Amino acid sequence: MNAPQGPPLIDVEHLTMRFGGLLAVDDVSFVARPHEITAIIGPNGAGKTTVFNCITGFYKPTIGRLTLRGGDRDYLLERMQGHEIGQRAKVARTFQNIRLFPGMTVLENLMVAQHNKLMHASGWSVFGLLGLRRYRKAEEEGVELARGWLERIALIDDADRPAGELPYGAQRRLEIARAMCTEPRLLCLDEPAAGLNPHESAALNQLLVSIRDRDGVGVLLIEHDMSVVMNISDHVVVLDYGRKIAEGPPAEVQRDPAVIRAYLGTDDEAVDG
Amino acid sequence: MAARLPSMLKDAGLTAFVAAALGIFVVGFRTVDIGRGLTFDYHLVDLAVAVVTIFFGRLGLSLAANGLRWPAMVLGAAMIAAGASPLQLPSGFLHWFVALGGVLLVIRGAWPWANDAMSAAARSPTGVVLGRAGAKWSGWLLLAAAVVMPFTPFGDQKTMDLGVLILTYVMLGWGLNIVVGLAGLLDLGYVAFYAVGAYSYALLSTHYGLGFWTVLPLAGMMAAAFGVMLGFPVLRLRGDYLAIVTLGFGEIIRLVLLNWFDLTNGPAGIGSIPGPTLFGAVFAETAPEGKETVWEMLGIPFSGIHRLIFLYYIILLLALITNLFTQRMRRLPVGRAWEALREDETACRALGINPTNTKLTAFAVGAMFAGFAGSFFAAKQRFISPESFVFIESAIILAIVVLGGMGSQIGVVLAAVLLIGLPEWFRDLGNYRMLTFGLAMVVIMVFRPRGLVAHREPSLRLHPAKPGGGR
Repeated sequence: MNAPQGPPLIDVEHLTMRFGGLLAVDDVSFVARPHEITAIIGPNGAGKTTVFNCITGFYKPTIGRLTLRGGDRDYLLERMQGHEIGQRAKVARTFQNIRLFPGMTVLENLMVAQHNKLMHASGWSVFGLLGLRRYRKAEEEGVELARGWLERIALIDDADRPAGELPYGAQRRLEIARAMCTEPRLLCLDEPAAGLNPHESAALNQLLVSIRDRDGVGVLLIEHDMSVVMNISDHVVVLDYGRKIAEGPPAEVQRDPAVIRAYLGTDDEAVDG
Repeated sequence: MAARLPSMLKDAGLTAFVAAALGIFVVGFRTVDIGRGLTFDYHLVDLAVAVVTIFFGRLGLSLAANGLRWPAMVLGAAMIAAGASPLQLPSGFLHWFVALGGVLLVIRGAWPWANDAMSAAARSPTGVVLGRAGAKWSGWLLLAAAVVMPFTPFGDQKTMDLGVLILTYVMLGWGLNIVVGLAGLLDLGYVAFYAVGAYSYALLSTHYGLGFWTVLPLAGMMAAAFGVMLGFPVLRLRGDYLAIVTLGFGEIIRLVLLNWFDLTNGPAGIGSIPGPTLFGAVFAETAPEGKETVWEMLGIPFSGIHRLIFLYYIILLLALITNLFTQRMRRLPVGRAWEALREDETACRALGINPTNTKLTAFAVGAMFAGFAGSFFAAKQRFISPESFVFIESAIILAIVVLGGMGSQIGVVLAAVLLIGLPEWFRDLGNYRMLTFGLAMVVIMVFRPRGLVAHREPSLRLHPAKPGGGR
């Protein structure tokens, strides 16, 4: 296994999540680095989404520490309220089943993502109600940010359509753009390639690589589509039955007997032979 | 099509059977007191006529639904003829019943043509131009009509009274639209905030002699505080559960007003509330000591209708402020967050939006406008009692919002005119007034299930609206 380089972006230590008698995540530790794509893979029910829900504040972990290293200070995510993780620690996420605001337009979806920044600029609505220049300027900047993302995901012509009317693949891309409009440090994507055709999947790879290289955002990725995982991730964490069974660069993980066993359900001899 | 006739007949027969089974106890016989005891008075002919009408009505509807428009319309015409004929039916109501059923059938039969014609007209070049102009100017036209209304020949006592009433409901509708239409929080106790505003003004003016314009902002703040108070316990609730709790909250406020005798004077209510003043001058025939009447101040002869016109302009102004404020809020981050919260609360949280604050602002702002409206109501009526703040008021305001099309500002105006204006104009119908009212609501919801104005205008656009693109 390669020795990890540089300071981590998020440090997951001894994360354990118990629902009644069910141990969904059992003492999982890993790190994700800035400027890297870290993939979490594993068979169905391995606890991947539970790890995500702990990181993004939808669950409170039973045991464990989640440290996000911001520019000047560290954030202990397990102690923060759900929305503060997005607002202050700047962790953004997407969902396995798409959760856009279907009745609002594509552009409005991206503007809602900039809520906290714009809310501050509008003086908690007071300046905004008075129509002050300060707010108008902030809104224009927000629209420009949104426009940039719409160009990157090729939805610029659909900006004023309700998000719910878009085709499936476009909705997936829009959800990623919306998460990026919060200007996050860490982007958590829950199965972004699910239901995409090979062509769309390749476009997604490009988008994720550009998010890593151009925007310098750390990406944490849950994915079943191995073409995505093996092509773009820098680091892979493998979970099975809530435990971490392997970790390392994709090529190495791919050959790991424990991983093959978890996926194919065969024993060591059969694989070696 | 003919192959389906037996199943249609069966369906109509079943409907008629259900009507007969239900009707036999309600209409079929009535108990009459003959002194020595009770006896039955049979109305089986009435029932038979109704059941036959229902049979043919249902058959006609099925025919129309299966594309057989002409037979349905012929059936409808026959029913109209039967209703209007000199045939001796047992009661006048049955004539109306049969004829109205026929009218509905004819409308149902002709509906697809009317629909096609309307959409064709909307697509034609003139239709597109007219539609866009309508969307742009209809609000301004309505406003202009409302402003000049008191000076037209229509501006008599009765119409002005109705105008004030309708505008009050328009304002309440716009206020509730923030909570229900934008933030998607189903509030069945909205009238509670109206009551808080009304009692705030009534108590502060009668006990401390504060004037209308001083109390107005206070009443708004008071109602907003109650909005936050209601908001806190219900933050975690959604949908039906939220509706039940807000319903309970409305009842609590009413019961407190009814029973806190020392403060509110209980069911007897609070009387002799002073009306609003114009630059300190009062609207009364004789001024109290140290004050002057408006007529003295302006040097014009006394006329009772001036007070009504003044009230009309106050409520028009208050309603316009509500509308402007809401329109502005919708384009601000907080307004977009309200709508986002309605669409998906989980996604909002993931984007770092604080759902608690967002919901509380919606409750507070909505309640504030109800408070303004309430204090206007108290100043207009000069007498208030808990009777005015019963659940049915909340239900009517909610109906205005839903019927108008959730979140639509102009829809609220149309629905308020329809729901408040029509029952007043139809007073001549007597007992059938509320029946007509209910029927009108059902018909609107059947033909326009998403409300009168279902179109949602985006809060901002990247590209200018395409010509003819939006309806």
